[in-house]
Amino acid sequence: MVTLERIKEHLALVMDPEVPVLSIVDLGLVRSIEVKEAIITLGIAPTYTGCPAMDVIHDRVREALSVFEAPVKIEVVLHPPWTTDWMSEAGKKKLEAYGIAPPVGKAADKRSLWGPSAAVRCPRCKSEDTALVSLFGSTACKSLYQCQGCNEPFDYFKCF
Amino acid sequence: MKWDTCDPKTAYVLHLADDALILGQRLSAWCGHGPILEQDIALTNIALDLVGLARQYYGYAAELIGEGCTENDLAYLRDSRAFMNHLICEHPNGHWGDTLARQFYFDTFHFFQLEALAQSSDERLRHIAAKAIKETSYHAQYSAEWIIRLGDGTEESHAKIAQSLAHYAPFAHEFFVPAPVDQDAHKMGLGPDVSSLLPAWKEKVESILTLATLPAIDLGFAKKGGKDGVHSEHHGYILAEMQSLARAYPDATW
Repeated sequence: MVTLERIKEHLALVMDPEVPVLSIVDLGLVRSIEVKEAIITLGIAPTYTGCPAMDVIHDRVREALSVFEAPVKIEVVLHPPWTTDWMSEAGKKKLEAYGIAPPVGKAADKRSLWGPSAAVRCPRCKSEDTALVSLFGSTACKSLYQCQGCNEPFDYFKCF
Repeated sequence: MKWDTCDPKTAYVLHLADDALILGQRLSAWCGHGPILEQDIALTNIALDLVGLARQYYGYAAELIGEGCTENDLAYLRDSRAFMNHLICEHPNGHWGDTLARQFYFDTFHFFQLEALAQSSDERLRHIAAKAIKETSYHAQYSAEWIIRLGDGTEESHAKIAQSLAHYAPFAHEFFVPAPVDQDAHKMGLGPDVSSLLPAWKEKVESILTLATLPAIDLGFAKKGGKDGVHSEHHGYILAEMQSLARAYPDATW
């Protein structure tokens, strides 16, 4: 039986290929789920416009929902735009435990074009004495930081 | 070809798409050649954002054109005269300072352009712009920080970036000179009167140049023509490289 609850359970198992501890539900990418005349229609938001993981995510969603043996339609939802505010609190905790500093602050008060940066906490030693190495890290959604306390470099999921 | 006679709205969407694609293609040539790994990654990330944005616009244009047209047709099968990107986007990468000067001018313009597009009369353009402006503000911050670093760096970096900025100034001027494609879009409320974006752009650019201990720039005469499809010699080479696979194997998928 295809129910919204069961679909959600399966979607919660679809992990982001770049951040494998977060599911697409943790990230807040699933905008809508609809079942009509045995067709499952999902609204999925892209994180970044050019995020190369989107195609992989769509494939994995189809795979995860294949148990229902129903056609799956995926619609890309641009509006309202995805921001890091959509990420769940549980998701942010998982990120930090994985070694990626979660986004600091809300998107609305994120640093504007040339403002000062927010204090980013080292996910390892928890020091706030950290420095930005590069705005663009291993993926477009992350910046590269270095901790001045333990000297370890780490990824920071940009507030976006 | 079905896109040769497109209506003013489709032409405008293509103009926006062409800027993003051509500059994205240019930047991606830095992949593997950046001075250090972090900067190599930064430029390729920006390239990726721009190519992603180009896909959004081309996808929309393809829907407007209909007749089975796809985003790939528009990127890979149009000729140079059909492209309406600003000349600055097709300009060769040059050295690191040249690339960052070009990027700084473009990102700052792009930011204000997207801010205006977020108020477009067209819903789809509004949604695309609202999304892209977030990425673009990171690009603008990145390129501005490099201008400051190079300008306020060594004597040599200061001299080189000043030269790059002066070289690109007449090309940046093209952003603010309305071409028919902009004028038509403005009449329909799709996009801004591009000349109205100049004061904000100038103010932002000058504030960064001051921080960078660099002299104010003179935009000079506008080197233009890109928005009318009249390009520099460099454009043909980009298309030759970018389109060769799609043209040699028309049914290839990847």
